[in-house]
Amino acid sequence: MLAFVIRRVLQALGVLLVVGFISFCMFQFMGDPVEGLLGQEATEEQRRELIERLGLEDPIPVQFVRFVGNAVQGDFGLSYRLARPVSELILERLPATLELAFVSAIIAMALGIVLGVFTAINRSGFAANFIMTASLIGVSLPTFLIGILLIYVFSVQLGWLPSFGRGETVEFFGWRSNLGSWDGLRSILLPAITLGLYQMTLIMRLVRAEMLEVLRQDYIRFARARGLSERAVNFGHALKNTLVPVVTVTGLQLGSIIAFAIVTESVFQWPGVGFLFIRSVEFVDVPVMAAYLLLIGALFVVINLIVDLLYFVIDPRLRSDRAGSH
Amino acid sequence: MTQSPVLSVTDLVVEIPTRRGVLRPVDSVSFDIAAGEVLGVVGESGAGKSMTGSAVIGLIDPPGRIASGEVRLNGARIDNLRPSEMRRIRGKRIGMVFQDPMASLNPLLTVGDQLEETIQVHLGLRRAEARKRAIAALEEVGIPAADRRIDSYPHEFSGGMRQRVVIALALAAEPEMVIADEPTTALDVSVQAQIVALLRRLCRERGAAVMLITHDMGVIAETADRVAVMYAGRVVEIGPVREVVGAPSHPYSVGLMGATPSTSGDAASERLKQIPGAMPRLLSIPSGCAFHPRCPRAFDTCDREAPPLLRSGSSLAACWLCSPDHQHLVQSATLPEAIE
Ligand SMILES: Nc1ncnc2c1ncn2[C@@H]1O[C@H](COP(=O)(O)OP(=O)(O)OP(=O)(O)O)[C@@H](O)[C@H]1O
Ligand SMILES: [Mg+2]
Repeated sequence: MLAFVIRRVLQALGVLLVVGFISFCMFQFMGDPVEGLLGQEATEEQRRELIERLGLEDPIPVQFVRFVGNAVQGDFGLSYRLARPVSELILERLPATLELAFVSAIIAMALGIVLGVFTAINRSGFAANFIMTASLIGVSLPTFLIGILLIYVFSVQLGWLPSFGRGETVEFFGWRSNLGSWDGLRSILLPAITLGLYQMTLIMRLVRAEMLEVLRQDYIRFARARGLSERAVNFGHALKNTLVPVVTVTGLQLGSIIAFAIVTESVFQWPGVGFLFIRSVEFVDVPVMAAYLLLIGALFVVINLIVDLLYFVIDPRLRSDRAGSH
Repeated sequence: MTQSPVLSVTDLVVEIPTRRGVLRPVDSVSFDIAAGEVLGVVGESGAGKSMTGSAVIGLIDPPGRIASGEVRLNGARIDNLRPSEMRRIRGKRIGMVFQDPMASLNPLLTVGDQLEETIQVHLGLRRAEARKRAIAALEEVGIPAADRRIDSYPHEFSGGMRQRVVIALALAAEPEMVIADEPTTALDVSVQAQIVALLRRLCRERGAAVMLITHDMGVIAETADRVAVMYAGRVVEIGPVREVVGAPSHPYSVGLMGATPSTSGDAASERLKQIPGAMPRLLSIPSGCAFHPRCPRAFDTCDREAPPLLRSGSSLAACWLCSPDHQHLVQSATLPEAIE
């Protein structure tokens, strides 16, 4: 178990180093940091001084080591566009993104599992077939279109929900949250659904497929032969076994939810890191882009790690080191 | 037989509608099993043995269904019960043991969880009592340190031990009828005999009727009281084990018994080398006796008319050779074979 954890952590660090290298390369190939920081009207004197200060004439490996060292301490330099520390900018906006991702993941998971189980159990029913067909539409529509459609229906036509921004937020221990007020909840609903819809259909289809597979297993037949009720068979036995592989995929989806938040945040002008990233791309604000890339990479890696450990908790076959057979 | 049978199957027909036609994996099957009796069911793969077992316990996968016939448990029909009523019979009055103990147990639940839920469903006990019963059930099937092992997961048991757990589960509610579908096929040769002996002892003690499906003639010879031989969905011979195994009447049974090395693990491939050809597919079952294209003793009647079960000694065999009217034909039909 411990060996497994250590191995996974080392792998994770390796992945992060690669991601770090890619973000570092952005500085080399995109824009000119000196121009970015000083503007075009700077004197030769100022330029020379900045190059000196940033160490831009050092050999590349030295620069990379310095970049990694700074990044580990949370220092990503100054934003070219806003002239403020990148870490500050990101920390300001991270809660908005995390909360949005969290709420959509909850929606996606809850609905995805419920609908997946429903369509698996009522395999040939009308409702199940309808849901499966509808989910195809959900998968094939691009996120921004879904967002715009939702805005059109619920904000423009019905006027039920706000179409942009976070609305009223409440601060808990320095974390600005949407979940503390009615207005905040109303504001997060549309973007969360938009962001989670694709994942929901994915989870639903996965749960359905897994559940159908599990329902074919001998132990389900045996559970029936023992006289257990359909409910006990479906939920006591089949669902639990279905969730083992679903956990992995769902966990990894959380990573992509955060990454894909870029589009949703732009559509709903949600003040999160994704929105920040889009703006920094417009202005070739390399430090912000690099930091964002690293952040997403780190999130993926951490989520991966947690999912692997969760696997251990759920599946006793992986957990035990006192196996009786084999 | 003096007492009325525990299980009585009469003219059972199972049909599966498919796009290419209606399949009949079980066709007019009849047999009885008395209390404490073990009926062995043998036949090539695909003969319909498992399907018959599934029909008895009401677990045929849709769209398959019992098309006609009756299944009676201690006199009461159980083939037309509502699902909720049938569920109360499954596990409680009919227990079932499957082939693969690796696959029969839910890997994510401890054996205790699985035993307790079964006991609770059928005996309506509270958790603590159910647990006591569960431990007792494990002890009965010979699991050492049952009070500790009860919290283990299935993968922590060896194959033989796992099948013991499966037997404990099948017998947890003391059913009057047990269906064991190839209970030893997936096991190590060294533990097969123990498992069969255990199953037989427990059922004897409880006076349960047993339907033992197997490919292993050794197991049949040791365990069964009577044997039913199935071919292409039909029972072709049924009778006391001595007779069916020792002196079979149906040419198919002769082939089946003759070529069986009783201890070999992989008997399936060797078993029928005396009978050329393979069992017909369900969509192309030959006219008359389904076995006639492979039968070394077939004669002209065989491909025209399907033989009913005819008396032969104390067994019944579905073969025209057993009909007194055809006795003279038998002689002439076998002569060329004998010369060869
Ligand atoms: N869902 C199904 N659709 C079509 N045919 C089926 C289906 N299920 C079973 N069959 C057929 O029914 C026949 C009987 O199958 P069954 O499982 O009862 O055989 P068996 O005697 O138990 O064989 P084995 O010794 O291999 O277990 C087989 O020919 C099989 O192909
Ligand atoms: Mg079978």
